Amino acid sequence: MAMQSLPPDLWQAAWLTVRLATTATIFLLAFSLPLAYWLARGASLWKDAIFTAVSLPLVLPPSVLGYYLLLALGPSGPGGWLARISGAGQTLAFTFWGLVLGSVLYSLPFAVQPIHNAFEAIGPRPLEVAAMLRASPWRAFWTVAVPLAWPGILSGAILGFAHTVGEFGIVLMIGGDIPGRTRVLSVALYDYVENSQWREANIIAEGMVIFSFAIIFLMSLLRRRIGRYQS
Amino acid sequence: MSPPRDLKVMFQGRLQAFHCDLAFTVPGQGVTALMGPSGCGKTTILRAIAGLHRFKNGFCALGDVIWQKPGVFVPPHRRSVGYVFQEPSLLPHLSVRQNLLYGAPAQAGGGMPTLDEITSVLGLTNLLHRRPAGLSGGEQQRVAIGRALLAAPEFLLMDEPLSALDRDRKNTIISFLKRLPIPILYVSHDSDEISKISSEIIRFVDGSIIRTNRFEPDADTITTITRICQQPEDRSGHREERRHG
Repeated sequence: MAMQSLPPDLWQAAWLTVRLATTATIFLLAFSLPLAYWLARGASLWKDAIFTAVSLPLVLPPSVLGYYLLLALGPSGPGGWLARISGAGQTLAFTFWGLVLGSVLYSLPFAVQPIHNAFEAIGPRPLEVAAMLRASPWRAFWTVAVPLAWPGILSGAILGFAHTVGEFGIVLMIGGDIPGRTRVLSVALYDYVENSQWREANIIAEGMVIFSFAIIFLMSLLRRRIGRYQS
Repeated sequence: MSPPRDLKVMFQGRLQAFHCDLAFTVPGQGVTALMGPSGCGKTTILRAIAGLHRFKNGFCALGDVIWQKPGVFVPPHRRSVGYVFQEPSLLPHLSVRQNLLYGAPAQAGGGMPTLDEITSVLGLTNLLHRRPAGLSGGEQQRVAIGRALLAAPEFLLMDEPLSALDRDRKNTIISFLKRLPIPILYVSHDSDEISKISSEIIRFVDGSIIRTNRFEPDADTITTITRICQQPEDRSGHREERRHG
């Protein structure tokens, strides 16, 4: 009954957040799997540099990343060019797909690191075994590396999803606050506080705390499963 | 079946503490033992033949199929070679049956044993649905041997494959391996095992071949080789002692 009395714009923000996080997670996995696998196999200075670049969002203020993304997505950046040739207008900033791009970049280290660690923990031997049984690198990846690394891959996906749900600074920089398009829960919370709508603000804040607790709890359950094959 | 094809090998480069410069031929049939004291790099030689290790300068060919020469390096999965690693290295997420069949071609032939023969000779019939984590070391070794054979390789590399097995099981598997239609390069420390299984023997030390010959148990030779190979270690040992003294 409390649910029914919630304002529709809160539901709109929640639904947008879920859509954004799901879309971003799909892209995150698509990038992180090959990237983490490549990084985990053999070391070189070049790989260290790439790993560092991917990890930058861990320490950069989100607004710095958002600032560069705003320039890149805006009318005079490559994003604007993309928007024009696809007929989507003059800019990718302040759009859903702009937010997806920002989220993927911002959450990349959170997905890449657990997946990278999981691939590294497998060691070279299972893949050598696969090669000696004449599996192509492609087949070895899907039938040996991915099944053995799945707890790490799942952690990466969950962390990437959760982190996208929790982002704020970058959304404000490149997304603004457009209801139904870029107003996600974290931004909506800010709005409610500004307008002294404490009840709605409370609901979002409490929901976020419960969601975050559930995610971290799930992660620790997963971590216990990682050691399963190593007996 | 195709006529026997020799494996020709020439490797030059760093091998652990030594400079390695060796060349040898493995006959195209029967079991050839590769002997030498531990730490001599026997495993690295097997890995290099398999394509898992790359010597800077090398040549490796099975019959007229060249796997490595200057400018050519066939990746491991394109070499028709099987490898039984020193550790069983079963794929932990697959059952015994799935491990056995992972590399099996859709249509086996060439006189290689079938799944049924493999499981009965190696005593795996009751283990097929088990997971590797629940198997003993000896059981795992037997699965690893069966798995390599079921991939129908044209050449088999084995690195101490029977070390965890009891005597009876060893003898059964040795006579089974000797009947296989493919050549085997076999690493072992057990001279009794080697005298039973091999028709040829290659001894090497410090990365170079001492000699290739028909096997005659010759304890003197083996001791001498051991001493030569351990010399560099011994010298560093003396230095340690002096420093402590």
